[in-house]
Amino acid sequence: MAIKKFMYINRKAPYGTIYALESLEVVLVGAAFDQDVSLAFIGDGVYELTKGQDTKAIGQKNFSPVYSALGDYDVNKIYVEKESLEERGLTLDDLQHLVWEDEDEDYAEKDSIRLVSRAELADVLDEQDIVLSF
Amino acid sequence: MTMLHTVNKSPFESNTFDTCLGLAKSGSTVLLIEDGVYAATSGNAASDKIANANGISFCVLGPDLQARGLESKLADGIKVVDYEGFVNLVAEHDTVQSWL
Repeated sequence: MAIKKFMYINRKAPYGTIYALESLEVVLVGAAFDQDVSLAFIGDGVYELTKGQDTKAIGQKNFSPVYSALGDYDVNKIYVEKESLEERGLTLDDLQHLVWEDEDEDYAEKDSIRLVSRAELADVLDEQDIVLSF
Repeated sequence: MTMLHTVNKSPFESNTFDTCLGLAKSGSTVLLIEDGVYAATSGNAASDKIANANGISFCVLGPDLQARGLESKLADGIKVVDYEGFVNLVAEHDTVQSWL
């Protein structure tokens, strides 16, 4: 089976709606099929990646730790749109530090998050075979 | 008459927060809950609007802020309340308007 380029676009904040969790579930399913997977976080989607999420008091599952496991599923192209962060008063320091291990380089730990401009993200989007929107 | 306004939508994805601010009178309270808590964070267009809204008290529901990992980003001048505080706000105001 030919490998296709999949991109999952995440545009919703977590917990207020079910989109963020559903996207993560679909990404994990897709990762099992050895495809070329990218994730994009734009708009309120950037809030999915904030560090320090603690959902105990709202009685919902905290799924934010799952993002740090994506590297183990070879999901290591995580595009975060710079403009979306800035519009919300956020920087990369407010997000989880997501890494993956490169087995071709003696399992060197590398950053998964790629901070890109809107224009750069448009180019990445243009290269995809399949785009799924959440 | 004092009114408690609740906002549960992100100010960046809906105009609910702006509509609320447009109709909230001096002396009223705006309580940010669920995805509305993003308006309580600093360094963005929503925090500027809160800073310029004279005479309106702003509160945010702590559990929703904690869930989203944003306690450290809380803007100045916004009071954090828990669920008990939410109930007290409802009791203290004459009417509650839930902007959905």
